[in-house]
Amino acid sequence: MSEYIWLIPCFPAVGFLINGLLGKKLPKAVVSWVGCLSVFFSFVCSAVLFFELLRLAPEARIIEKDVFDWIVSGEFVTRVGFRIDPLSIVMCLVVSGVGFLIHVYSVGYMHDDPGYSRYFTYLNLFVFMMLILVTANNLLLMFVGWEGVGLCSYLLIGFWFEKDSASNAGKKAFIVNRIGDYGFLVGIFLLFVSLGTKGVWTLNFSELERNANLLSESLTALITLLFFIGATGKSAQIPLYVWLPDAMEGPTPVSALIHAATMVTAGVYMIARLNFLYSMAPEIMFIVALVGVLTAMFAASIGFAQYDIKRVLAYSTISQLGYMFVGVGVGAYAAGIFHLMTHAFFKALLFLGAGSVMHALAGELDMRKMGGLKKYLPTTHWTFLVACLAIAGIPGLSGFFSKDEILWKAFLFPHAGVLIYIIGLVTAGMTAFYMFRLLFNTFYGKERLDEEVKHHVHESPKVMTIPLIILAILSIVGGYVGIPHALGGGAHFEKFLEPVFRGVSQKADYHHSLVVEIGLMVLSVIVALIGIYVAYVYFLKKPDLSEKFVKKHEKLYKTVHNKYFVDEIYGFLFVDNLLRVGRFLKNVIDEAIIDGIVNGLGYFMRGLGGILRFLQSGYVQAYAFSMIVGAIVVVGYLLVKVIP
Amino acid sequence: MTGMPILSIIIFFPLVGAFLLLFIPRQRDFAIKSTALFFSVIEFFLSLPLFFLFDDTKKGMQFVEKRSWFPEWGINYFLGIDGISLLLILLTTFLTVLCVLCSWNDIKIKVKEYYVSFLFLETAMIGTLCALDLVLFYIFWELMLVPMYLLIGVWGGPRRIYAALKFFLYTMAGSVLMLLAIFVLYYLYFKEKGVFTFNVLELYHAHVPISLQYILFSAFALSFAIKVPMFPFHTWLPDAHTEAPTAGSVILAGVLLKMGTYGFLRFAIPLFPKAAFDAVPLISILAIIGIIYGAIVSMMQPDLKRLIAFSSVSHLGYVMLGMFAFNMQGVEGSIYQMLNHGISTGGLFLLVGMIYERRHTRMISDFGGLSSVMPVYAIFFMIVTLSSIALPGTNGFVGEFLILLGAFKAKKLYGILGATGVILGAVYMLWMFQRVMFGVIKHEENRQLKDLCGREVFILSCIVFFIVFMGVYPKVFFKKMDVTVHEFLNFVKERNAYYASTEDPQKLSSIIKLRGER
Repeated sequence: MSEYIWLIPCFPAVGFLINGLLGKKLPKAVVSWVGCLSVFFSFVCSAVLFFELLRLAPEARIIEKDVFDWIVSGEFVTRVGFRIDPLSIVMCLVVSGVGFLIHVYSVGYMHDDPGYSRYFTYLNLFVFMMLILVTANNLLLMFVGWEGVGLCSYLLIGFWFEKDSASNAGKKAFIVNRIGDYGFLVGIFLLFVSLGTKGVWTLNFSELERNANLLSESLTALITLLFFIGATGKSAQIPLYVWLPDAMEGPTPVSALIHAATMVTAGVYMIARLNFLYSMAPEIMFIVALVGVLTAMFAASIGFAQYDIKRVLAYSTISQLGYMFVGVGVGAYAAGIFHLMTHAFFKALLFLGAGSVMHALAGELDMRKMGGLKKYLPTTHWTFLVACLAIAGIPGLSGFFSKDEILWKAFLFPHAGVLIYIIGLVTAGMTAFYMFRLLFNTFYGKERLDEEVKHHVHESPKVMTIPLIILAILSIVGGYVGIPHALGGGAHFEKFLEPVFRGVSQKADYHHSLVVEIGLMVLSVIVALIGIYVAYVYFLKKPDLSEKFVKKHEKLYKTVHNKYFVDEIYGFLFVDNLLRVGRFLKNVIDEAIIDGIVNGLGYFMRGLGGILRFLQSGYVQAYAFSMIVGAIVVVGYLLVKVIP
Repeated sequence: MTGMPILSIIIFFPLVGAFLLLFIPRQRDFAIKSTALFFSVIEFFLSLPLFFLFDDTKKGMQFVEKRSWFPEWGINYFLGIDGISLLLILLTTFLTVLCVLCSWNDIKIKVKEYYVSFLFLETAMIGTLCALDLVLFYIFWELMLVPMYLLIGVWGGPRRIYAALKFFLYTMAGSVLMLLAIFVLYYLYFKEKGVFTFNVLELYHAHVPISLQYILFSAFALSFAIKVPMFPFHTWLPDAHTEAPTAGSVILAGVLLKMGTYGFLRFAIPLFPKAAFDAVPLISILAIIGIIYGAIVSMMQPDLKRLIAFSSVSHLGYVMLGMFAFNMQGVEGSIYQMLNHGISTGGLFLLVGMIYERRHTRMISDFGGLSSVMPVYAIFFMIVTLSSIALPGTNGFVGEFLILLGAFKAKKLYGILGATGVILGAVYMLWMFQRVMFGVIKHEENRQLKDLCGREVFILSCIVFFIVFMGVYPKVFFKKMDVTVHEFLNFVKERNAYYASTEDPQKLSSIIKLRGER
């Protein structure tokens, strides 16, 4: 099997081609089967490889395979090659596993959409690109996946292209991502050229790792910073997070797969992949962690004041991604990836649950028009509840283990670790609050449904609820692979990933700080419970309290509700100015000045021609002829006089 | 095959076709079109063996033909190609077939003259790429102008006369300066070696005093820079493109602009290496301005063809930036980008032509929501757009990446500034795409638009095939130019060092070292 790791991304590519070329002519059932099975096969392949890896000794768990030469120019040689190691196989399993569930769910959700086959074509293309991203064995191929998933995101956000808001959101996502990619690209240049001047021309991860020590500290800092700019674009961190909330214009399963579970985690994966570089640049790691924790808190606060359930989830995703960056930023790569995985489960579940609610309510997204849905949508309700508990960090569910692992490692981080920890802890309470605000407003309390909608409310079909149930189970048990030593677990997840982060992971002394570790855990549980309780009081017990609060602090509330006006500020600073410059360059510089001179010269010549009218015949040939004659005269002059 | 004058055959075969067309009565439209198609297709297949017979391990020119023409003046009929011209010739024959096909229903008046001009143009273009004698080159170079002038001036849009005249005079002005420079060089070589020759391979070894080199390089460079076109000599291009018929725009963007960049590689740089190296900052900065300026001005254009024309200014900026990086990645990327630009910008003009034929407007604001009535068209348009913004996996990425890498390697700032085009490219292309294809249909006329017919699907499939193939497996093409580019770089670097040493004798040692390394 190890010879065939390229099969993992290959299956969805085949699905993409079949559905893309023939989809319109194929019956719907075939399209669905092709779409879902191709991803399922990738999952099976990944699982087989996973067990194959387990059989190997931990240090030997790297399978690399070059398939063909891609770009070869002078010293620059890049191959299309794949690499399977504990890190990439975890990503493969998450991407293909969660991806498969979401494909199945989509069969129900998108059933009546006229663009059914187009949808599955894009979705398969996305899985293909995502798998390229995580299995690539060099930076450039990774960049192919990196931009490729961006393309799919663009296509799927703008899936309903007749809606202006959708096509605007798609374009915004692509362009903001491109700004990040610019950093990524320059990072590749700098890395390649700096190592090259030391005699090593490569972009292959293993070779980079072996030779990373040739780089000076300041160069490494610059390189890692550039890559981090790329990560802030793809993984929606400050300052490039603005595209993700708008991305909710796409179909809801897309939000689940691309804008929550997989694509947006690519930045985290990339930093984990390049851990050997980041570990050489402690200042940049601090920046990563700081940006992460600030994003986490900032986005969570916006989540307080949104009514659109998908928008709340979008800000929640940004916030949770912030946690992952804290994880990798403080050097706890395994913890970051652990949270990436558990987040994929419960956030996909939340989005799919939201989709199920929309399905029931004919596309309604405003939680003010919901309430009391518990009795209509029992399965959706309990799975959603599980996900809320998981993301809030209630013990026993997956989110608890992964989030606490990150907070604990942040606490141990030598550079301002306690500060990062405190912000993270507060954010955890905020998370619990806004998630339960969402839960209570949607499923509990008074029914605020429109009369018309009320008659049609129905639970989703099995093809949608079964993926919900599976994801709910994963949201609970998914954390058990990584129970920390402090709680008597084996930290298997961390151990499995250890060979990848060999020698760079933060080493914590478990026994010394056992009391502290458990104490901090208890603290975060208390914070989460407080968050839930406040939400309970404000939105379920005494709903008028929240209304009063909003009235009292109207200005603050408006600011938060309008996302601190960041979109408006960016629009003013960048978009308007770019258009202004564009107008100026086009109208003034290009048309008036440059072309004006050219035409002016023409008119001048014509005026001259008016004087020398007798020479003017109006034939281009004559002009050309006289030019050549003139030229020969000048040459003759030069030959005789100028050149000795 | 060695005995066959294969290059001459390829050059003059279209001319034979043009000649035959003259004998077909002008009422017989279909016969004229099919004859033209027949000749362009056979021409394409004739050029294919070049690719397979070309020995990519050999240095120097191949398929060389040399016959004396005016021996007393040192003028020869001297042809030959290397890895650079090989690929451009193939691009020419390929695009000509598509151009004939896309003109099928587009051209309704003076059909015969149109195809005669087109085949004539093909001869001139291939001749320009094969000529190794400066006089022969100049003849072909000027010959290209005539049919292109006619294509714009006769079959063009409402402002065609203005555009054609502007195109003609602007390019002509540049060429005249080049002609002057050619004669000076010719005389100079005679003074030095006592022989008259226009053989460019021999002239490469002429010793040109440095101050004179600057003047001669400027003359050549100006002529080529107008053709490319480099900022600020670009304003003829939007007018020419907008007014030209679809096929004219395709061939203008696809091949004619490349004659400028090719001219730099074949003539301006190796003939005057010292001046070329000293001009690196100037040309690189103009190229970067072209990249950014072209992109921003493109963004503001209300007319689709003008928008694409300015995107060409931006893309050709990349080509110049890579070329003047003077390293493998930069130069190879630059050559690759020439091909890419031919494919993807050619594709964009074809696509615009197809909706122009249906709607007789090129204004972006007249469209909107086309995706829902023309889904097949939408797919092709999307793919070509992505190629134009250099998405990884398409041909555009390979070229742009190598160019920027090469530029970065040469001077970090150039790479950093040039790469901003990556963002701006996405901005103007996606915005255009959104306004044309997405949203609801605003104009009733657009509701009845027919999707692509079989002929159009075939044309665009050819384009898309190369977009993907050249993006995924570029090695096929790089192998052909590796040796040539390597040799080119060694030669110009060595010559540059030689000239530098004439200024400063101490630097002589550095040449000796450079020779030793090889």
